[in-house]
Amino acid sequence: MIFTDLDLQLLLACIFTLLIVASLIGQLIAKFKCNNNNRKMIENLNQRINAWWIMSIVLLIAILIGTIGTLILFIFISFFALRECITLTPTQLGDHQALFWCFFILLPFQYLLIGLNWYGLFAIFIPVFGFLFIATRIAINGDTIDFLGRVAKIQWSMMIAVYCISYIPALLLLHIPNYEGQNIKLIMFLVIVVQLSDVLQYVFGKLFGRHAIVPKLSPNKTVEGFIGGVLSASLIGALLWWITPFDIWQAGLIAILMTLLGFCGGLCMSAIKRDRGIKDFGTIIEGHGGMMDRIDSLCFAAPVFFHIVRYFYT
Amino acid sequence: MKELIAKIVRIFLLMSCKLVTGIQARWLTEPNNYRCKIYYANHSSHLDGLLLWSCFPKYLRSSIYPVAAKDYWGKTSFKRFIASDVFNSVLITRSPNCRENPLSILEDLLTKQQSIILFPEGTRGDGQHVADFKSGLFHLAKHLPNVELVPVYLNNLNRVWPKGSKLLVPIICSAVFGLPIKPLDETETKESFLNRAKQALEELAP
Repeated sequence: MIFTDLDLQLLLACIFTLLIVASLIGQLIAKFKCNNNNRKMIENLNQRINAWWIMSIVLLIAILIGTIGTLILFIFISFFALRECITLTPTQLGDHQALFWCFFILLPFQYLLIGLNWYGLFAIFIPVFGFLFIATRIAINGDTIDFLGRVAKIQWSMMIAVYCISYIPALLLLHIPNYEGQNIKLIMFLVIVVQLSDVLQYVFGKLFGRHAIVPKLSPNKTVEGFIGGVLSASLIGALLWWITPFDIWQAGLIAILMTLLGFCGGLCMSAIKRDRGIKDFGTIIEGHGGMMDRIDSLCFAAPVFFHIVRYFYT
Repeated sequence: MKELIAKIVRIFLLMSCKLVTGIQARWLTEPNNYRCKIYYANHSSHLDGLLLWSCFPKYLRSSIYPVAAKDYWGKTSFKRFIASDVFNSVLITRSPNCRENPLSILEDLLTKQQSIILFPEGTRGDGQHVADFKSGLFHLAKHLPNVELVPVYLNNLNRVWPKGSKLLVPIICSAVFGLPIKPLDETETKESFLNRAKQALEELAP
């Protein structure tokens, strides 16, 4: 696919050119603008750029391998994200068997359903069957202390880390007329728009940020960053219409919706982190923190994006 | 041939452990092999010794011996292979009515400038509290005053593989390597020394 699809090649060329430019700028700043006051920030910037390199290359390898590669990549992303979610909620001994099921049976099964192209079950498996099963499995153990809270924490982790994330590879299932075999570009559209929105919100926030949106939650999320990030990322989304089945204005509207949802995801995950008194979910991606810190905005955007495309374009 | 198989099994098990626990080591002092040390840690899971051992840089691992119970790890030849050949363990007897001193094998190692990993609670706990230490640590500290004692707090391992469970659950674990504790004072009693060592370990808990 990658060898025949000119749009995809052009897109990849753009991404890697952007990364090269970012790396060059990062190195130049580190060389000429670095002093003791901003050393930490510049170090973090360059770590983040390097992490983006690795993430882009991993995504590229997954694309080259095809559907199986993409599925395996997202199985691992879900696995690491779920591991981080479960680690920071104080689970009890009575949850042990239920957790084993979540990690080693429900998670792979969800992705198997996508591999089998079984939309009907994939869409309800975790919210219906997983929902009922997890509560029952914990109840069987008979440990009733904080039962509802424990069940809810595990169910939430499953919904966010497995169900919502699995909507990204599920985009490969959709049959869009005149767009057969090109669905990987839908994944890239979603990921690029949402992640660029994160980056641009950070950049605009650093440059112009004055007023925090939810001061109690995060001083880094500012009105200025939010507006600048959402608008600029949506504009880029509109300009990427040629890799999607959308018109240019449709691509722009969808991109606005995705960036807003991405913001909501980041906000909710920040609330969880604030409640647990931690800064990052983990340390798996240098410069970014954990897997959850990187994909929090995708969690919220992916299911809605999938259903919009499915409803209007298939 | 046996060495090659042991190496393959070791790499495989270390990678699986890393995938399941994502173990993160935090060092308050950098590891080195200039002085032999006793690393002592809280014990709540079968994985403790392996994970603690995996935190060391590769070049140090061959000189660090996790201490394991002979009555469990010496039972079958497979378990013995995993313990001794794959993970560099030394097996000691736990039973009190044994004629030879179970610590002499450890003293041998320590006098040869090797380090050991010890779980002074003697058995696995529930992960919530550190149990009182058995006297082995005291005797080693008394006979070998030059050996450094380094407390290591293992966090979350009981959630990965709790006592009595056959199932593993992936939870991110961490190991905090503390500063060496003050050496045994000549007049110090066994109780006060063991309490002091235990306290130093508990202080590392997050």
